[in-house]
Amino acid sequence: MDYNVLIGGAAGQGIDTLSTLFQRSLYRHGYHVFVHKDYMSRVRGGHNFIQIRFSDTPLLSHRDPLDLIVALDETTVKEHMSRLQKSGFLMADEEIKKQSDRMITFPIHKLAKEAGNSKTFTSVFLGLLLKWYGLPLEQTEAFLLETFHDKSPEANVKALQSGAALIKEKVSLPPGSLSDHLLVDGNQAIALGAIAAGVTFYSAYPMTPSTSIMNTLASYQTEAGIVVEQAEDEIAAINMAIGANYAGIRAMTGTSGGGFSLMTEALGLAGITETPLVVANVQRPGPATGFPTRTEQSDLSFILTASHGEITRMVIALRNPEESFYQTTRAFNLSEKYQVPVILLSDQYLADYTVTVPAFDVSHVTIDRHFADGSSYSEDHPYQRYELTDNGLSPRLIPGKIPGLVVLADSDEHDEDGHITESAEMRINMMKKRMGKLELIKEELQEPWMLGDAQPDILLLAWGSIAGPLEEAITRLRKENESLSIGALVFGDLWPLPTKQLTSLAEKAKVLVNIEQNYTGQLAKLIRQETGFHCTKSILKYDGRQMTPEFILEMLKKEVL
Amino acid sequence: MNESSRFYSSDEVAWCPGCGNHALLAILKQALEELDKNPHEVLICSGIGQAAKTPHYVNVNGFNGLHGRAIPPAFGAKVANKDLTVIINSGDGDSYGEGGNHLIHNMRRNLDITHFVHDNMIYGLTKGQASPTTRPGHTTGIQTEGVVLNPLNPLALAITMGATFVARGFVGEKEQLVELMKQAITHKGYALLDIFQPCVIFNKINTFQWYKEHTFKLPESYDPTDRATALQMAFEWDDGIPLGVLFKEDRTTYTESIEVLREGPPLVDRKLKPDRVIPFLDNFK
Repeated sequence: MDYNVLIGGAAGQGIDTLSTLFQRSLYRHGYHVFVHKDYMSRVRGGHNFIQIRFSDTPLLSHRDPLDLIVALDETTVKEHMSRLQKSGFLMADEEIKKQSDRMITFPIHKLAKEAGNSKTFTSVFLGLLLKWYGLPLEQTEAFLLETFHDKSPEANVKALQSGAALIKEKVSLPPGSLSDHLLVDGNQAIALGAIAAGVTFYSAYPMTPSTSIMNTLASYQTEAGIVVEQAEDEIAAINMAIGANYAGIRAMTGTSGGGFSLMTEALGLAGITETPLVVANVQRPGPATGFPTRTEQSDLSFILTASHGEITRMVIALRNPEESFYQTTRAFNLSEKYQVPVILLSDQYLADYTVTVPAFDVSHVTIDRHFADGSSYSEDHPYQRYELTDNGLSPRLIPGKIPGLVVLADSDEHDEDGHITESAEMRINMMKKRMGKLELIKEELQEPWMLGDAQPDILLLAWGSIAGPLEEAITRLRKENESLSIGALVFGDLWPLPTKQLTSLAEKAKVLVNIEQNYTGQLAKLIRQETGFHCTKSILKYDGRQMTPEFILEMLKKEVL
Repeated sequence: MNESSRFYSSDEVAWCPGCGNHALLAILKQALEELDKNPHEVLICSGIGQAAKTPHYVNVNGFNGLHGRAIPPAFGAKVANKDLTVIINSGDGDSYGEGGNHLIHNMRRNLDITHFVHDNMIYGLTKGQASPTTRPGHTTGIQTEGVVLNPLNPLALAITMGATFVARGFVGEKEQLVELMKQAITHKGYALLDIFQPCVIFNKINTFQWYKEHTFKLPESYDPTDRATALQMAFEWDDGIPLGVLFKEDRTTYTESIEVLREGPPLVDRKLKPDRVIPFLDNFK
């Protein structure tokens, strides 16, 4: 089974409430759920929609064809009717003009008023939806009482029942069996990962689509022991986090491309002061203000060299919410081990889609701090923050903890003590020390995910959140054509770029195709720079909307196969 | 330089001979000594500029960050470890120009940190351009017709933005300045101390002599708890510039306001394990 329901309406009309209630009901009945949001940069009006896909097997992506549309306004009918499958239907209130045989209207608002509160119309729709798919109401009733405990709980239950009474069951679902899963989106997973990693300070300036990391952390701040500070700007946010990390806690900041642009000078500060730092950049289409609520993968080239001068950094693209949790914890550990900034690269699609994932296994998470042993220092061997050591890693201490020892960090080029220097020799030593850390980080790299054929003729190259749609596309393609030799590498670690698997597959492949959500093919450029391999074909999308498996299939058939 | 001081730093001081910063540095060390501070208990943060070299010349923890960004790392460090004595030493350009936004909002935050602005009314490190506090009409290589911008009034700004300790000192009034520094450091909340110090190379107008002639010490009878009087005093200039504590008030600090910081040990001393996330996972079921 695999169903796709769209709920559409104007901002502020209630599609979020309806979607949340429906997706949670499905989840509680044991189904896998994938919820994709498409919203405009406005608080009221416009046209927003949410697609809820559900199945009895794991889901990796949203998809185009729709099985059912719930139209809260007429725009939804006009915009999405064409995507309805032949067997599909659209349901709407009777006030909306019927425009097709497949459109069914009901007295939704009338029933809501009869239930005692006109705002309960979302519960009428919910009753309809549950009944359509033959799901019992009991669990959802309890859920409604809990959700609306202060907003007419009884009226909502009555509305739910009256909605369900409007129809008979249309689709019979096999029983759901999902257990021990969570329903999370990408940003929530980053926030939860940060908590598991031991974060105690998060400073940020609100910027769509990164803000929900801050919201999630803020909602647990007192209970978890985290200070969440809304900074005056992104420059303050990153500098605060750097100061906090210098002082010995785990601090993090997050933003989107515009805010990241403001943070770049301080990224270099983290680099030269060798202060650990984790920054999440949740990308949206730029430049400047761009498309605030939409998706793109266009900050990669920028992030690889962001900051003037040269620093060692690590860049990890997140591929799905499950990974967002674990990679966030890994980012903190690597950042402290190598005293470098680690940038987590997400995007609006991943930030905002909600999916059922296996419950996070905290036993897989460690907190590795890598502080030096302060008791080993004496007058003969004084503590030096930037001591030149054999492995290139200088000892890090928590300032204020050991009498007699002080920690001096400096944004100027400095000597081993951290004092400003003009020495050419010291500059060379310090550059070698800082830049040499890149080689150490290469030992930590995770190779990209391999999809499809183990040794494909057609090698697709992608990164980040395209992983889900691409995996589904490849699976479908190989089912359609079993003799087709096609596979993909989907990169998570991007800098330094892991090249072992890439080199081994690219040498034997007949064609290399990069699939990216940007205009210039930024992964292809990076691969060319690091390995010399050229992607001779590209599938690029930069309209702010995430590729669906159908889009990838269509483009592959048109451009590659 | 007193090498026996526990705050003595062996780093060579790179300020010009005659610079007001030399006196300021000695006074700062004296204040720390008199407060019985130990080097590891203190953190000096700075931005970039001549004054911002201070962390190198005092044997305490130091974070010499970016131009204009002295305050945010100081904020982060104090949040991380509320036991640290956090002092910012930076110039008028760094604090009032490039870093103006952070100044405003950290006064609102009222975290318990101390901000010493080495105010010489000119840009020193970049060689003589106007700073936010340079007086109108002052000609420089850039402001060839004289400064036309209205000067920033740091004390009036601080009084209106919520700083809970607002004072002005002058390196020529050493005894008073030691006391002002000690009061600022021990004050609970954001303390701004604007310190007049001459730049002997680039500011030929506001010289040591000029400061001597144009400043006066606030009388002991002055009441710094009255905001309106303090604001009026902050605008005093042509008939003499007041030195001393213009304004102070007790207001809940950032640390006292945030439960996570108020209760328990400093964040940096908390032992955390990954399973701290487990209770929150239930919200996603």
